[in-house]
Amino acid sequence: MDFDLLTSPELLLARIFDGLNAGAVYALVAVALVLIFKATTLINFAQGEMAMFGAFLAYIGWSEWGLPMWIAVVVAMILSALGAAAIERTLIRPFDPSDHLPLVIVTLGLLLIIGAVAGMIWKFDPRPFPELFPSGSAFRLGIANLRWYTVFTLAAAVAMMALLQFLLSRTKIGLAFRAVSSNLESSELVGIRVGPTLQFGWALAAAAGTFGAVIFVADPVRQIEPSIMLSVLIFASAAAALGGLDSLWGALVGGLIVGQVQTLLVNVFTFIPNEMALAAAVFVLLVVLVAKPSGLFGTARVERV
Amino acid sequence: MSSPLLEAAGVKAAYGQVNVLHGVDFSVNEGEVVVILGANGAGKTTTLRSISAMRLVTVEGSIKVAGTETVGKNPADVVRMGVAHVPQGRGTFPELSVEDNLHSGAYVVKDRSQIHKDIDRYFDMFPVLRERRDQLAGSLSGGEQQMLAVSRALMSRPRLLLLDEPSLGLAPLIVEQLFETLAEINRDTGMTMLVVEQNAQLALSIADRAYVLEAGQIVLSGEAEAMKTDEAVRQAYLGY
Repeated sequence: MDFDLLTSPELLLARIFDGLNAGAVYALVAVALVLIFKATTLINFAQGEMAMFGAFLAYIGWSEWGLPMWIAVVVAMILSALGAAAIERTLIRPFDPSDHLPLVIVTLGLLLIIGAVAGMIWKFDPRPFPELFPSGSAFRLGIANLRWYTVFTLAAAVAMMALLQFLLSRTKIGLAFRAVSSNLESSELVGIRVGPTLQFGWALAAAAGTFGAVIFVADPVRQIEPSIMLSVLIFASAAAALGGLDSLWGALVGGLIVGQVQTLLVNVFTFIPNEMALAAAVFVLLVVLVAKPSGLFGTARVERV
Repeated sequence: MSSPLLEAAGVKAAYGQVNVLHGVDFSVNEGEVVVILGANGAGKTTTLRSISAMRLVTVEGSIKVAGTETVGKNPADVVRMGVAHVPQGRGTFPELSVEDNLHSGAYVVKDRSQIHKDIDRYFDMFPVLRERRDQLAGSLSGGEQQMLAVSRALMSRPRLLLLDEPSLGLAPLIVEQLFETLAEINRDTGMTMLVVEQNAQLALSIADRAYVLEAGQIVLSGEAEAMKTDEAVRQAYLGY
């Protein structure tokens, strides 16, 4: 074990900043997962790949169509929302929305198809993505360095969360989302058009996912390539489950915790090889879920009859 | 006499290959309370589900609400025709607060001031719902949930209220209160109701007319008063 870490505040802070950086990204992607779960009670396994595709669209918009970067991001978010709406209409709507297994298989299929298509178009060589945020350091203490990128990523995650939270709790479409995921049959009986509601949920989650992926690849230490979201999606799923799949703020907190666990675990317990960081993080997740199956902030489904 | 608000003719309904209704005719006039009696599996719930064009039921024949066909439509369309449906088992949204449940009932209503006025009205009618307005519906007792389900249905200001076994699983005292309230609503607002019920005595006490459904066919129909004294109904459904 590396106890230096526990005795040197500087080193510990450095690790915490690393974790914050990773965690903010997980939170951003986890929000998209939670959003689609809240709107459809479905886990969309293709969420990460859809987000990757969206980030590529932003990249193309910037590098090939010559759009200013932020405009390219907005265009990519709109395009991925439209794409997701089309996917919902053609591949999801034909299935009974109350029967989840076929739908989960469809999203797994989508994961493979989107990944393959992106690999075909863009090949697997990484390309540098333009920076979205000022580079450099916001706060520095010895070797501990809090980058502006981390600060902005966290701010973006919080802003997105607040916006979506408002949408879900204060708007009519938000009420429709919550009603549909609570009781499909009853939502139809109050006049909610379930198909279009779910379609809007898909579109919204895709736009949010694209935003998250763009921010992820905009980190100067990363480059964009088709497999970039695979491991992020696993961490983000862990974050979403940890926070309680139906809680947006839970996704934020879950993301930050998973980020910390991932970096601290392998740095404190140095006998855990770096390659096992993922497994270690998932193990922590398991322990939490055994103690609290609905996650840290999730609603336990309680129902008196 | 004007044509009935709800008119069903030759309705056949099936779940997949299983035929449940074998051609039933019935009607409900504006302002009436009509009850459908029948044993388990007679097709009472299916009748209501057919009217609301709900999922999984294939319907043949004709069901008209104020002259507009519901067969082949979807539930969201039927709601917009002025039909509200309190499903069996109440169908509240357990993860939503009591107040949000009521808001969802007014999904097709555009006038916000009407929504708030109506919420107040049902809070007055069922004070326990006001006390629990921020509580999740799933935490309410069965009786409270039924009050919420009825209020939610009324939030859309329907012309026709469908109630599927409102007494199911409730304590006798609560059931009596509920039927009193339903009778009051009918008396005060002239709300048309079609009630499916196993508790025949109570249902007949608030109904104008009744149909008896047996194995997917209507075997008897008439004035509620006459039904109460009918020998066959008494033996089969009233138990004396």
